[in-house]
Amino acid sequence: MSSKIEIKTTSEKVLIKKREKKISLIKDIKQNWQLYVMVLPLIIWLILYAYKPMWGMLIAFQNYSPFKGVSGSEFIGLDNFKTLMTGEASKFFWRAFKNTILLSVYGLIIEFPIPIILALMFNELKNLMYRKVIQTVTYIPHFISEVVVASLVLTFLSLNTGIINVLIGKFLGLFGITYKQIQFMAQPKYFRAVYILSGIWKNVGFNSIIFFAALVGISPQLYEAAKIDGASKFKQIIHISLPGITPTIVIMLIIRIGNILNISYEKVLLLYNPLIYDTADILSTYIYRLGVDNVDYGLSTAASLVNSIIGFILVMMANKISKKLTESSLW
Amino acid sequence: MEKEKTIMQKEIMSPGEKAFDIVNGILLTLLGITVLYPFIYVLSASISSGAAVDAGKVVLLPQGINFEAYEQILKDKYFWMSYGNTFFYTIFGTAYSMLISIPAAYVLAKKRFRFRKQINIILSFTMWFNVGFIPKYLNYKSLGAINNRWMIIVSFGVQAFNIILLRNYFESIPQSLEEAAKIDGASDFQILAQIFLPLSKPALTTVSLYYALSRWNGYFWSSVLLKEKGKIPLQVYLKQKLIDMSIVSENATTVVGQNYSYTTLVYAIIVCSIIPIILIYPYIQKYFTKGILVGGVKE
Repeated sequence: MSSKIEIKTTSEKVLIKKREKKISLIKDIKQNWQLYVMVLPLIIWLILYAYKPMWGMLIAFQNYSPFKGVSGSEFIGLDNFKTLMTGEASKFFWRAFKNTILLSVYGLIIEFPIPIILALMFNELKNLMYRKVIQTVTYIPHFISEVVVASLVLTFLSLNTGIINVLIGKFLGLFGITYKQIQFMAQPKYFRAVYILSGIWKNVGFNSIIFFAALVGISPQLYEAAKIDGASKFKQIIHISLPGITPTIVIMLIIRIGNILNISYEKVLLLYNPLIYDTADILSTYIYRLGVDNVDYGLSTAASLVNSIIGFILVMMANKISKKLTESSLW
Repeated sequence: MEKEKTIMQKEIMSPGEKAFDIVNGILLTLLGITVLYPFIYVLSASISSGAAVDAGKVVLLPQGINFEAYEQILKDKYFWMSYGNTFFYTIFGTAYSMLISIPAAYVLAKKRFRFRKQINIILSFTMWFNVGFIPKYLNYKSLGAINNRWMIIVSFGVQAFNIILLRNYFESIPQSLEEAAKIDGASDFQILAQIFLPLSKPALTTVSLYYALSRWNGYFWSSVLLKEKGKIPLQVYLKQKLIDMSIVSENATTVVGQNYSYTTLVYAIIVCSIIPIILIYPYIQKYFTKGILVGGVKE
């Protein structure tokens, strides 16, 4: 008997609590209605443009027909994924997968350390005016659009009229070597270098800002003490500057690794052409072509789902590691 | 202090360190030149004769100065339309984005807001999870964004990163100011308008510049969704001209009897498209660098 009563009372308690919560939610809305009004446009936008399209991801599991829509199309389970990864055209998927990873990893290894070195160099420049000028100049390309950068790259690298071929020819001409012009954007072996070098040109200055800010934050006393101890400039960089910005380096590195699958597809799309798909075609451009050129919405969505899920897992892992190592995280 | 420091450094500078400084200075100067060179070359080439550019005679300074490439561009009504469109998308797009972002960031900065945590999570999630091209495309289509100027504004209005940046800034405004206003009976609308906004001018500038720049430079979705020639922005126009050029340049690039070539045309469009950015760059630069430091890592 007594236990029954107890049960009743606890369930009553839960009920009361629930009611309290309900009431206080209404109360809360009444009291803070202005806050709710202010955040409402964002909520509506997020629902319409960020969460509603997730419904469309079901297309990955469908034999999608534009006339029937997402709700009417036939479900075919994992068939799209099978076609994508093991079907006749699967080599294109795996090529894109490989290219995505390689372009990111090469990009990471080559691109990542340069802004750090640049920040260290800026920090050593004694003339403050001059430093400001060079810094300001190196930030400029960051503000230029990908279309302009791609246009520059393509016209600069073109045969006969491209300035790169002209300059190489002139330079080699100084040594009496005749130069046979290279059609850079027609040979797969050049694409990665072109992509990474133009990326460095665009972003190296801007990416150095965060490291430079960390360097400025290092206490000058540390350097004074080192000088008194007779440490050379090089030793100061190794033993004071670098350790001082290590937390920043670690977190930036983790963010980069987390974003390894999110390469700027816009730029690849603008730069590449069928002749160089062997190295240039990445997952997102393949997804784009499957959708736009082949009009195969099912396959395209399946491929993007694979891309998104792996990408999301990488970001989450990166965030977790970052939290552990540096006590700072992305959110 | 500064003076003392330099004197001290001078005193103990060894020859090796002097060499280090010199090499460092030279390398950074070279870097500056490398970054600037493409801009100077494009400007020079755009006002050179097409034949000289195509023959590889222009390296640094213009040759056979003429403005025919610009005349050609400025004659094209689609150039003006796309320029106008870019201004339209940038101005209205930025205004619309700020109209959503400011109040939302204000609310998300308030600890007393009940769903603060949940909304922060669903907002951040949009940054890290990519829905994919086709689902997004079908969604834009179903909401009427194809060939619709206003829906282009609406569809690309929110960037989670910018709201988070603004939210972080709002969080740094002292609580006591708000409490004092509350005692005087101020509403949230009033607190935002009269306390938060005046105190956040640098952050507001930074965020609106981020929005404006991404509109000005945006290309991909405009090119997918806008198929009418009169509605495309400048970036899409430039891309189309570039395709024209690559088709033509298979044969002869210099237009017979003219002083321009397709290459110089493209360079002229590039110059026209980046002039506004270069002109305001000295004024906006510091806001961007600030933005990185406020919201860059710890969000």
